[in-house]
Amino acid sequence: MLLSAIQLLLFLSLPPFLLGVINRVKARVAGRTGQPLLQPYFDLWRLLHKGAVYSTTTTWVFRAGPVVGLAAVATAGLLLSFGGAPAMLSFSGDFVLFAYLLGLARFFTALAALDTGSAFEGMGAAREVSFASLAEPALFLCLVVLARATGALSLSQMLGEGLGSAWSTSGPALLLTALALFVVALAENARIPVDDPNTHLELTMIHEVMVLDHSGPDFAFILYGAALKLFLFGALVVRLALGFHFDSPWAALLAFLGGMLVFAVVVGTVESVMARLRLSRVPQMLVGASVLSVFALVLLLR
Amino acid sequence: MSLALAIAAVLLTASSGALSVAFRRQPDRAQRLAAGALVLGALLGMAGAGMALASPVPPSLDVGWQAPFARFAVRLDALSALFLFPVLGVPAAGAVYGLGYFPQARHGARAVRLQIWFGLVTGSMALVCMAANAILFLLAWEVMALAAFLLVLTDHEEPEAQRAAFVYLASAHVGNLALFALFVLLAREAGSWDFARMAGLAATTPAAPWLFGLALGGFGLKAGLMPLHFWLPGAHAAAPSHVSALMSGVLLKTGVYGLLRVTGFFEAPPASWGMALFTVGAVSGVLGVAFALAQHDLKRLLAYHSVENVGIIAMGAGLALLGRARGDGALVLLGLSGAVLHTVNHATFKALLFLGAGAVVHATQTRDLDHLGGLARAMPRTAALFLVGAAAISGLPPLNGFVSEWLVALASVRTAFDLGALPHPHAAALGVPVLALIGGLAAACFAKVVGAVFLGNGRSPHAALGHEPPPSMLAPMAALAAVCFAIGLLPALVIPSLTRAAAQWARLPEAALAAPAAEAARSAARLSAVAAVLLLLVAVLVLWRRRSLGARQPAAETWGCGFTAPTPRMQYTGSSLAEALVIRFGWVFFPRARVIPPAGLFPRRAAFSSSVPDTVLDVGILPALGSLARLAGFSRAALVGGRVQFQALLLLCGLIGLLAWLYASG
Amino acid sequence: MSRWTDTVFILVVVIDFFALASSRLGAAIRAVAAQGALLSLLPVLLATGEHQTAHVVALALGALLVKGIAIPLMMGWAIREAAVRREVEPIVGFVPSMVLGAVGVALAFAFSGGLPLPTPEKHPLLVPTSLATVWTGLLLVVSRRKAVAQVLGFLVLENGVFVFGVLLSDFMPVMVEAGVLLDLFAAVFVMGIVMFHINREFASLDTAKLSALKD
Repeated sequence: MLLSAIQLLLFLSLPPFLLGVINRVKARVAGRTGQPLLQPYFDLWRLLHKGAVYSTTTTWVFRAGPVVGLAAVATAGLLLSFGGAPAMLSFSGDFVLFAYLLGLARFFTALAALDTGSAFEGMGAAREVSFASLAEPALFLCLVVLARATGALSLSQMLGEGLGSAWSTSGPALLLTALALFVVALAENARIPVDDPNTHLELTMIHEVMVLDHSGPDFAFILYGAALKLFLFGALVVRLALGFHFDSPWAALLAFLGGMLVFAVVVGTVESVMARLRLSRVPQMLVGASVLSVFALVLLLR
Repeated sequence: MSLALAIAAVLLTASSGALSVAFRRQPDRAQRLAAGALVLGALLGMAGAGMALASPVPPSLDVGWQAPFARFAVRLDALSALFLFPVLGVPAAGAVYGLGYFPQARHGARAVRLQIWFGLVTGSMALVCMAANAILFLLAWEVMALAAFLLVLTDHEEPEAQRAAFVYLASAHVGNLALFALFVLLAREAGSWDFARMAGLAATTPAAPWLFGLALGGFGLKAGLMPLHFWLPGAHAAAPSHVSALMSGVLLKTGVYGLLRVTGFFEAPPASWGMALFTVGAVSGVLGVAFALAQHDLKRLLAYHSVENVGIIAMGAGLALLGRARGDGALVLLGLSGAVLHTVNHATFKALLFLGAGAVVHATQTRDLDHLGGLARAMPRTAALFLVGAAAISGLPPLNGFVSEWLVALASVRTAFDLGALPHPHAAALGVPVLALIGGLAAACFAKVVGAVFLGNGRSPHAALGHEPPPSMLAPMAALAAVCFAIGLLPALVIPSLTRAAAQWARLPEAALAAPAAEAARSAARLSAVAAVLLLLVAVLVLWRRRSLGARQPAAETWGCGFTAPTPRMQYTGSSLAEALVIRFGWVFFPRARVIPPAGLFPRRAAFSSSVPDTVLDVGILPALGSLARLAGFSRAALVGGRVQFQALLLLCGLIGLLAWLYASG
Repeated sequence: MSRWTDTVFILVVVIDFFALASSRLGAAIRAVAAQGALLSLLPVLLATGEHQTAHVVALALGALLVKGIAIPLMMGWAIREAAVRREVEPIVGFVPSMVLGAVGVALAFAFSGGLPLPTPEKHPLLVPTSLATVWTGLLLVVSRRKAVAQVLGFLVLENGVFVFGVLLSDFMPVMVEAGVLLDLFAAVFVMGIVMFHINREFASLDTAKLSALKD
């Protein structure tokens, strides 16, 4: 229980650092010094102490968006374990709840964007919901593969003890799944090659364009929620990749944190070496991820 | 006692419309009395259903009757009782809503007719869910179908209503024919018209596949499963909104009920039935929501979502059948619980959405999404309630839609494991990603609806007409939203009733399902915990923001990204929001577009409008029937318009042919 | 040993998907080359004591040379020489092709167990991989507009047949295999020349435009 609480604290405190690492990697690859590793924390702190400006077009839905978004993503963190100990809450079928909590966050973010009445934010909302509805089946296929490989129905068990033996019996299938999950993670978190978090052209953005009108604490909630979500998906990928079993829970925690660092470096590298895909290619990439995980499932069910 | 209450409910609701005739000189009072009688009947019936659920032995009644083959046999097992809640609750909400939406004082005789048929439909639906004799069932079914036809025809001078009602009547009768055949065959197999004798039929007889096919066709037509859904969008759109809520929320569900009832008769149905139902459900689910995305008529869109949700229900029922074929109690429990709970849930949130849509249409006089917008400011309560329904139908926690989709998903993922005998139905594990796809598309569709109707700025003068409806219309919506929250927050409370229904349906002892039921209840309790954390976090964040921001925040225009003169018409419309997804389903759509392209250097006007007609009805059935009619007309012209000699020749040929046939067969 | 074979088969199917999804001719050619090279490992990996070493090595080297090196180089040369535009231009879109490919793979894996084959004990992934690859090749040939992409589909198809041939290599004398490879080589060679000439005459390799020539 203590370990679970520590993990939860890490989940709540580390995600902005993950963003800092990604930014640092990108800066280094581009030959720059880059911003301080803790810059995302400073940004959040500054935003939390600013006032907010609300558009005259908006209603309470606009104000509900960031709050529900952050609350849902943070709640989803209760269902995932980040190291040796099981999650705070775990039950059979919690993976469905996990994915749908993220869906709740997305739904309200999209509604808040539509509430501004701006064409750009509507465009962002349209892209977000379109790509998400293709990313969700891919995510669920990956989770079904995990369920089949480990014989478990809860996230903690799917990514827990049973995974080690599953890697030894059906390694290739799990490797394909990890690859598909990584693609889904990039898409769900609006990273390159799906979306460019640094772009400044509204017409080409997805996530960033949806939140153009938020300011102050609202924007802080959104940025923090996005960091939490990235951490969650990173945790899924890392736990899946670190399939082997640790005797000590502390060793597992350390290995997990190291894995997250590697994840951040990989994401940073991908962002440095790849260009953003054309928007019409994004569905192909997501369907490709689904196809890979279908193949993994077929291999397991054979 | 519980049966007496339920029968009283049938009588009271079915005759409630008579009060509106009796007191027609004081129309307000008459309508209040009629609605009151219907609500009272519904409450009695729901109390009876609750008592029946609590008793381990289903209460039943069987008395003789003069009609041939028929007995007045009714039985309230857990399945019937669970169906009675939405079947009575939604019409009660609709009747109260009608006080403000369709007042007798303004609409006169039209409102009186509507109330008569509304009550009759309610009573007959309740009787359908209780009947334990095939003749009684068919009788109630026929009354229900006819009364619903008259309800669709409420605005009988509108061509749209006439067409929709006619299509509905025709399809309902085709369905009824299938059901007549089904029950005649069933009665022959069982040797009796009583459901009690039909229970326990072997699924291995040569007639069994035919029976299943007839049930799938006849009940599927009523439930709106995918290729048979064609009557539904038109009928739901043309009827008044509380009638749409009744039809979409519960009338369709009688089809689901019938399908469950008939499949429950068989002992160990084969796995192929389960897979067939599951596949039909998956196709309905995905294509239903795809068609919904392509609509821009608010009520047609909601109607297509019924196809989607009935698809989810069918997936659950199919998984439960698979579970019975394999003797897997947990699969039966999860599948049937998911199907039945989704039936109840869909009734609540779909009724809520239709009532909300009715409030919008009532205020703005248009159903076109792309003419609306910004209504959340003029009608905040309606917007909030509609949003609850939208989140629930998208399967988002912590609302009820999530709970039932979660159960179906759990059942589906269970088929991925190697449990029981070969061959394993592993293909059914694909139900999980299919559900995810449906959920994602539904969320996209309702982001479109809520965004286009309630958020942003008004796109036409219609949107400026928005005003909050009277309390009599808001109260039923609030009650339905409360049910959505209640089931979503405390799902563990409904698990015991669902377990009982599953056990009785699969004819297993309840003890056989005790272990998976306990597991499901444990998980459901954890769902409540997560929901509580979610709500707590929302509250904390709201308070935090309020403290850090202070009382007043500066207001400004929406940032136009550098453009200084944006107009409401530049907003993303519902159609453009869905476009990226709609083109993915281009292979099932046959869109019709009307384009007036801009011409010349200084074009005066240009216009573009498009619509996606129903592929089955407008592209398949109607053209086919049209050419059939032309063919018939052509041959008729030859027969009737021809010369007398030709007709005499035909007569002669007919006679000779008959004689030859007699000679050959004799 | 079996894990390596597994990996080869799985990579072959993944490359099938990649060939269906890829929109760049160059990338698709490289992928098919990689597939060919992977397949050339198969005779070695699947060889048991009773096979003649020379036979196995010859088969592997021949496959590597022809499938992995010669044909891809030639196709790359043809693209450069004929200045073909580098997009694939599918008739059936990439997403439907991928979905169809996945359906084919799933069916191949589901039903390959029921086929009456002479040597079922070989390797469990061999037959489904072969069927899936043949299906992918057929899809590519049917659904791509450019002649080059169709040749590519033909190559994938042949790769599938080759996998099946490995299954039967006990019965199949080396000459037959060599004949198959030679056949393919000749076919691609002729196609390359034809493509080159057509392109020089008409400045296009779109088969839709070519079929207008029939009158």
